[in-house]
Amino acid sequence: MTPPALSIDAAVTGELGPLEAADNRAFGFWLYIMSDLVLFAALFATYAVLGHNYAGGPTGRDLFHLRYVFGETLLLLVSSAAFGLAMLAGARGGRTRVLIWLAVTFVLGLAFVAMEFNEFHHLILDGHGPQRSAFLSSYFTLVGTHGTHVAFGLLWIVVMAGQVAFKGLTAPVRSRLMRLSIFWHLLDIVWVGVFTVVYLMGVI
Amino acid sequence: VPTPPVSGSDADKGSLKSYAAGFIFSVGLTTVAFALVLQGGALSRRTVLFGILAAAVAQVLVQLRCFLHLGTGASARWNLLTLVFTLLIMLLFVGGTLWIMSDLNARMM
Repeated sequence: MTPPALSIDAAVTGELGPLEAADNRAFGFWLYIMSDLVLFAALFATYAVLGHNYAGGPTGRDLFHLRYVFGETLLLLVSSAAFGLAMLAGARGGRTRVLIWLAVTFVLGLAFVAMEFNEFHHLILDGHGPQRSAFLSSYFTLVGTHGTHVAFGLLWIVVMAGQVAFKGLTAPVRSRLMRLSIFWHLLDIVWVGVFTVVYLMGVI
Repeated sequence: VPTPPVSGSDADKGSLKSYAAGFIFSVGLTTVAFALVLQGGALSRRTVLFGILAAAVAQVLVQLRCFLHLGTGASARWNLLTLVFTLLIMLLFVGGTLWIMSDLNARMM
């Protein structure tokens, strides 16, 4: 009995089959996400140190509207769950359903970014921009970095929807969708930290 | 033409049940956290702080399990190991920063 030629080639050349390649890429992307978490840890540490230095300006209690933030939180959470449904549809090979759920994910994510943009806009208009105090500098940096991540995630969703529509659910497209799902779910997990540490702890 | 599923990747371990459970628990924990802060002074500040931190940790665990399908299975083992290592780094980062800065702050007073 000789092993199949393909596996010998793979062992010699180091090339992987589509299944191992997809798993390896998902793990590689996971490692990037871990480094991204370290970035957020640095921003959380900065906020924890500077978050009470108001320089005589407004505090979190003056600026944050918790019902508004609760709405933002629900949008991002539903959008995260909707991406899960897109992945489930993908596992069953339902291209149209994948596109529908990606569209739902996108609209909810866009609404989240729009609400955050609106919040920043009003803060800056009222003279409570990042230059007002160390608290507001660290607030805009932390929350803005998360918002930028979500905005890039939205761009990525558009690209992937295009690939699903025009290329179909091929192995490479599925593998990319898988990595996008890791990115999107992790952004919701980071938001749990943001709304707890920044908004809730800023008001109590 | 239906394409064969890429089996073995973590995405296929998700089921409607796990996403639904993750979603319901997350909405519940979020609502509890906001309600604790919005209830308006019936509870002490320390109780509210402890409550929202516990709800946040629980929600992170729920989402890691139900949305990212992180577990102790063979395929997720390296993901879990690298996450635990990253959490250690984050703890050193945040904890160390707070320790040093509060110490400096105390000495400057």
